[in-house]
Amino acid sequence: MSDELDMRDKAAWDAAEKVADYEHGWSSDIETDFAPKGLTEDTVRFISAKKNEPEWMLEWRLKAFALWKTMTPPDWAKLNVPPIDYQDAYYYAEPKAKPKLGSLDEVDPEILRIYEKLGIPIAEQEVLAGVEGARRVAVDAVFDSVSVATTFRAELERAGVIFRSISEAIKEYPELVKKWLGKIVPMHDNYFATLNCAVFSDGTFVYIPEGVRCPMELSTYFRINAENTGQFERTLIIADKGSYVSYLEGCTAPMRDENQLHAAVVELVALDDAEIKYSTVQNWYPGDAEGKGGIYNFVTKRALCQGRNSKVSWTQVETGSAVTWKYPSCVLNGENSVGEFYSVAVTNNYQQADTGTKMIHNGKGSRSTIVSKGISAGHSNNTYRGLVRVAPNAEGVRNFTQCDSLLLGSLSGAHTVPYIEVRNPSAQIEHEATTSKISDDQMFYAMARGLNAEEAVALIVNGFAKEVLQQLPMEFAVEAQKLLGISLEGSVG
Amino acid sequence: MLQITNLHANVGDKPILKGLTLSLKAGEIHAIMGPNGAGKSTLGYVLSGRPGYEVTEGSVTFNGNDLLDLEPHERAAAGLFLGFQYPVEIPGVSNVQFLREALNAQRKNRGEAPLSGAEFLKVAREQAGALGMDMDMLKRPVNVGFSGGEKKRNEMVQMGIINPALAILDETDSGLDIDALRTVGDGINRIMRKPGKAVLLITHYQRLLDYVKPDFVHVLADGRITRTGGAELALELERDGYKELAA
Repeated sequence: MSDELDMRDKAAWDAAEKVADYEHGWSSDIETDFAPKGLTEDTVRFISAKKNEPEWMLEWRLKAFALWKTMTPPDWAKLNVPPIDYQDAYYYAEPKAKPKLGSLDEVDPEILRIYEKLGIPIAEQEVLAGVEGARRVAVDAVFDSVSVATTFRAELERAGVIFRSISEAIKEYPELVKKWLGKIVPMHDNYFATLNCAVFSDGTFVYIPEGVRCPMELSTYFRINAENTGQFERTLIIADKGSYVSYLEGCTAPMRDENQLHAAVVELVALDDAEIKYSTVQNWYPGDAEGKGGIYNFVTKRALCQGRNSKVSWTQVETGSAVTWKYPSCVLNGENSVGEFYSVAVTNNYQQADTGTKMIHNGKGSRSTIVSKGISAGHSNNTYRGLVRVAPNAEGVRNFTQCDSLLLGSLSGAHTVPYIEVRNPSAQIEHEATTSKISDDQMFYAMARGLNAEEAVALIVNGFAKEVLQQLPMEFAVEAQKLLGISLEGSVG
Repeated sequence: MLQITNLHANVGDKPILKGLTLSLKAGEIHAIMGPNGAGKSTLGYVLSGRPGYEVTEGSVTFNGNDLLDLEPHERAAAGLFLGFQYPVEIPGVSNVQFLREALNAQRKNRGEAPLSGAEFLKVAREQAGALGMDMDMLKRPVNVGFSGGEKKRNEMVQMGIINPALAILDETDSGLDIDALRTVGDGINRIMRKPGKAVLLITHYQRLLDYVKPDFVHVLADGRITRTGGAELALELERDGYKELAA
């Protein structure tokens, strides 16, 4: 540990402490101590100890680790992923994650250009780019808006909403966590989920009490120490009877991150008459134009619509990562429960995305809607993979699926792999799919009205994705629109 | 304003324009008439820079600048507007959004400040109203589900909002009933019949010219202007057909 880094973190910590000095703050251990490279039982013990976890949590992690060692990575997706060396990585607070930069002048001009296009303030740009001392700026910025943040917090508390880091929740609300952790995505679910169980770094916990409508959109943005939740994020959201919450995850700005592998797990549970709206914008580093580098994103997201009339809606805009493996799903156990999946996935250059959803209809009268918009450019491959399953006892189930693919250029690929398993004759299942190219006519029409080629593509693509974008909360939707255009830069000649 | 000199252009390998020369001055309305396949639409596309239409010889200047050197969007920003024979549908993009982005892209290109949402809507409302178009139609996706007549009317609304110096209108009259023809004709006069502006009307028929009086009528046949006259030439064409005159 260099003194310099130590000082930087101390400054950040001091400022954070000032801000976070309230009863239910999110301040947690920001020591920068780290586990040695590699993954062994000791690593798992180290992480758990660092977090002062109770014994049951450590046992749970160790059980997962033992299980993981017996598993093999899935190979059924239409993805070409080189073998990953799990021993050649850090699993806790990697110390040299970001090279230190003196100022924004040292940042890759390409990245700066994108920040500018997205309209990100300079202070935030510095944090995102990893400029020396910028963390302090960020914390100061939060400090400036502390009254706002405090107001929000007070409001949440008044409503009885619990919004914590998962590490804190494990300590403060062990019964709630124990009741649901690993119940929606079981520990043995898949290779990456099991790995996450063993080594999850941190994440978010939300509990909305019975009958409460969460008074604001919840976003990790308000959590000042969310910066380093690491590559194994764990999220658990519980919506009790008759409650409602909208949760935003992600960032439109391209984040620098040297961790190549990300394997998050998100579990949602909605009880009777509860509704959860979960929106994601994912824009991690996709690799360069030749396909070098980039994040591998293996995420397991699943919602349990356990109660009658419960509803979960997933909306995602996926533009980043070199590899995306992600199927936000709904297990519709409750009678008349509703699952929704709205997705835009953009791939350019050599990106690969295999994404979609699973709608598991176990409850009578359960309904689901799937709208997937895939956009492929460059040499990329974009696959929609979706399952609609109707259990034998689930009477009166309905599903509507719409899968549209848009191709740019002649070297990209769009693939649609729907699985439909119906075991009850009363089900109504609809599947519509289209594949199209941006036409020369549309391009020329837009250009003849004054838009340049990139603006024209952005406009047409946004129109194509509109049904999904309009599901996003307003502040996200505007940025997501810009993001689609930026992600497809260079895709037209 | 527009000077076309000895213009030759190919579509693919096929020569379509074969030495076309034409001059438009500010304040003038010119009509280009001619049989199918003479190169009328090609002329519109070449002037507005459509990819795939390759100029092999000749020159075009617009207000003294080399027009052919510019990208399509730069030509639009310079003041050139093409009214499409077949306006294109853009699903999911509202007319309002499309036009505001287009107009502000042009303004940016010219170094002007963008119009605010409110300023833009004011202009859009005026122009739509003048052409008898419902504001609801402006909020609908560009040309999606519009009838042939509505599409053409929408082109005129776009022209009104963009307010170009030079409009090339490619068979804007086709597919219009008599009432719509009058509305469109009135629109062209109102928007473009002004000092400092010029219009190139590409048409098969003389009927639009009942509403928009041309200062010059040209016959385009086999890639060249074969005859030029006043408004009376259009009537003569209507009576005798192109065969006689093209020869």
